[in-house]
Order: sequence, then structure tokens, then C-alpha cells
Amino acid sequence: MEYGTKAARAALADAGLEWSAIQSVVGANTVRCGYPGQVAGATFAKALGWQGARVTSVYAACASGARAIDTARAQILSGMADTVLVVGSDAAPKGFFAPAGGGRPDDPDWLRFRVLGATNPAYFGLWARRRMALYGDTAEDFARVKVKNAAAGAANRYARYRSPVTAEEVAASPVVADPLRLLDICATSDGAAALVLGSVETARRLGMARPVRIRAVSSVSPTHPRTALDLPDIATDSAPPGSPSPIRSGPPSRGRRTRRRVLDRRICRWPRCTTCPPPWSWSGTRTWGCARPGRAPSCCARGRRRRAGGFRSIRAGVLRPSGRRFRRRLSPRCAS
Amino acid sequence: MPVVDGWFTTEGGEFRLLGTCCRDCGAVYFPREDAFCRAPGCAGTELAEVPLSRRGRVWSYTDGRYRPPAPYPSDPERTWRPYTLIAVELAAERMVVLGQGAPGVTVADLAVGMEVEVVPGVLAEEDGRTLTTWHWRPVPGEAS
Repeated sequence: MEYGTKAARAALADAGLEWSAIQSVVGANTVRCGYPGQVAGATFAKALGWQGARVTSVYAACASGARAIDTARAQILSGMADTVLVVGSDAAPKGFFAPAGGGRPDDPDWLRFRVLGATNPAYFGLWARRRMALYGDTAEDFARVKVKNAAAGAANRYARYRSPVTAEEVAASPVVADPLRLLDICATSDGAAALVLGSVETARRLGMARPVRIRAVSSVSPTHPRTALDLPDIATDSAPPGSPSPIRSGPPSRGRRTRRRVLDRRICRWPRCTTCPPPWSWSGTRTWGCARPGRAPSCCARGRRRRAGGFRSIRAGVLRPSGRRFRRRLSPRCAS
Repeated sequence: MPVVDGWFTTEGGEFRLLGTCCRDCGAVYFPREDAFCRAPGCAGTELAEVPLSRRGRVWSYTDGRYRPPAPYPSDPERTWRPYTLIAVELAAERMVVLGQGAPGVTVADLAVGMEVEVVPGVLAEEDGRTLTTWHWRPVPGEAS
């Protein structure tokens, strides 16, 4: 809660707005031990001092930030509010994300830990291995993402990890979920982010000549039948009888990367943050049309994804009095 | 005792995973759906229990080099022994089902596209009970 309150105060100061001028607070619920905790919109509204603002809380795992921004945007576009504070924070213990205590045999997320011990990195490992077989991705491709993210972290004074990392250091770190190594996967961490969003009229009133505009936020559900294995599922849906299987298994053709696969077109419908481990974030690159299926690693190798800010991903703007463009990473937890 | 009731059976002497199938649209579910079909546009509420295919092909695989957190049944006093996780595509059901690899199966034994079969397995001993589960194992002759 303290992280989020600090981020919110900084965002308000950055925007040049008093807290009392905020008409709506949208909280991106935190994940505590793998489950949404109590740190939601009302928590921050109270911590900043009750002032009568509308409060909304959203939860969408690591897409919570995007959903919170989308909610705030909808409130502004509908005329419900002119000024909205979007805030989220996260605190997690060391080690794997884990369900909260207690037995819940009707909860798929509890069951995947109970029955399979399937941790989050295990799912990333499945996707990584699948990409290696399907597209010829290599461990070196995956390592480049860490190198890129660490370079971004080194330039961000708020980042938890600020040391550059080399591909050799990634390769020397222990395997967690084959083929992914410790430096390939997300570190569980603590952090927060906050944004102040406003209507065009608000930006004008504050004297901003060139406010940052949100052009679009996209986060939608998959479509049934979901035939690619998603965290936390134990199995996919079944494809309709009589239809050709949308799942390509079997050894891929050797020696060349296949460009167009049904697989990538389907998996890119899942909302996700672009700084998650490579197999997932690369599938996300298709969402925004940044790379053809299977091509993300080569884009990364050429440096197009060197920095999240330079990538055509979700951009959110803090309206600044100076009117200068200012982008803030959506998820400090993934900043490493 | 089974780690989850109703997910697999040894009835008739043959070990099979158990799913359910919508009588209206034919969609197959594992883990089982018993109340409503999840296909949009299908109003089906009658779902029949069906055994899933015994064999399938490896969609992908990984392993767990570190002990998973609770509620995974594992004695923290004992040395952790990594196991594989194998996602298997069942051709008839057109679905992928995740499961642990049988004891002794390592990632070096696996390849995407390899044929595997479901076999009964032991997940862990917990509170004096033996928790049983399903394992995937390369079909003899397929192991590399």
C-alpha cells in the first residue's frame, strides 16, 4: 500500500493536480501470493485521504494495469470523470507464486499446484520449448530478452535491478524450468505504478500543448475453443469435431523458421504485459502487429525490442504541465 | 487414493483419464465440466463422462528443478527430485492435456511430436495416504 501511495503522490505532483481534483480512482488489484489481495482502489483512496471520489477496482493478473487504464479511459470518454488516478502496487514473497492457504479442489489455479506442481515458470518453459520446436527459437534468443530488459532497468532509477546482464550470465544461471533459466524468468518483486489520466479538456485547462494521448487499449478474452495451453489450465478446450486440428504438433520442418502458424494468431488474443518472459511476450507481439508469428526473436536480435519504451506496445501518458511526452513503464514488477 | 476424485479410472483393468462430453455439441472437457457446456452458443447441460485417449503426442514439455510451493504434496525434509511436465495432444479429442512424466523420464528423453501414453502413477505420500495420479510415459520404442 505504501508503494502505491508514494507512486500516486508522485503522479499527482507530476501532473500538477491536487488529489482533491481527482474524480475517480481505478485500482489495479495486487497479486498477493498468486491471488488478488486487499490492496485495491479503495485502499489507495483511503491512504490518500477520503475525498469522495468514485472508486473502481479491477483484477486481471499481469494485465491488471492495462485493464485499469482501459477502465479509466472509458470513464473519461463517457464523460463520467475528467480526471482519473490509476494506481496499482504489488508485493510478493521470494520464490514461486503460490496459492493462498486452504484447500480449494474446485479452483483450477489451486488444482494445478496441487496435482501437477505446475508453477508459472513451468508454463513459460512449456511455451519456450514449444517455440524452439516450432520456430527454431534458441536459448540465446531468450537470453537476449533479459539482456534487453536489464539494459532498460539500468536506465531506470526506480528499477529494482539496475545492473546490465550479459547473455553469458543468463546462460550460467541455474535452470528453473527447462529450457528457462533463473535469469530468463520474472523475479517476484515489490513495486507500484500510478498514472493520472484526464480528458482533452483537462489537458487544455492545465495548459498542456501536446498531451500524450492513449490511442487504444486492447485486452480481450480468448475465444472458445481455446486450443493452446494457458496458465493456469491443466488442459485446453477440445477443437470442434470434424474440424482440422488447430494445434500443430509433430516435429516441424528442419532448418527453417515457419512464418505463418495458426498457433501464434490464436495465442495473441490473451492480454499480457510485454515484459513477461520471452515465450509469452513474443506471442503478445502479434497482438499489436509488431512481428509476424515466430519472428519476434529475430526482431529482438536486430534491436527493435531493445527497450520496452521503443516498442509499439501499450503506452500510457501522464499529463504533464510542460506538455512533454512522458512514458512510464506499466509494470515495475516486470522491469527486470 | 486419487489426488482428485473423478479424473481417472482403472475400471475394467485399464487406466484412463476421464473427461466429459457435451451431448449437444460434442465438446470434450478435462478437467470435467458436469453442469454446463462452456462452448458459447451451446445451451448444453447434459455432459456424459468419457474416457480420454490413452495415447497422444508431445505438444511441449518442461521440468521442475525446484520444489513447487504448497499445496503440492511434497515433504520439505526430503531431497527434491525434479520431474518432467508433459503437455500431450490427444488426436481424437483435439485437445492438449498436461501431466507429470513417469518417474525416470527426463527432458532428454522427450521431443515435441513423440508418442506417449497415460499410465497410473503415485504423486506423493501425504498423512499416511498414497496420493495417486496420472503420468505420461514415452511409448516403448519411441524413447530417444
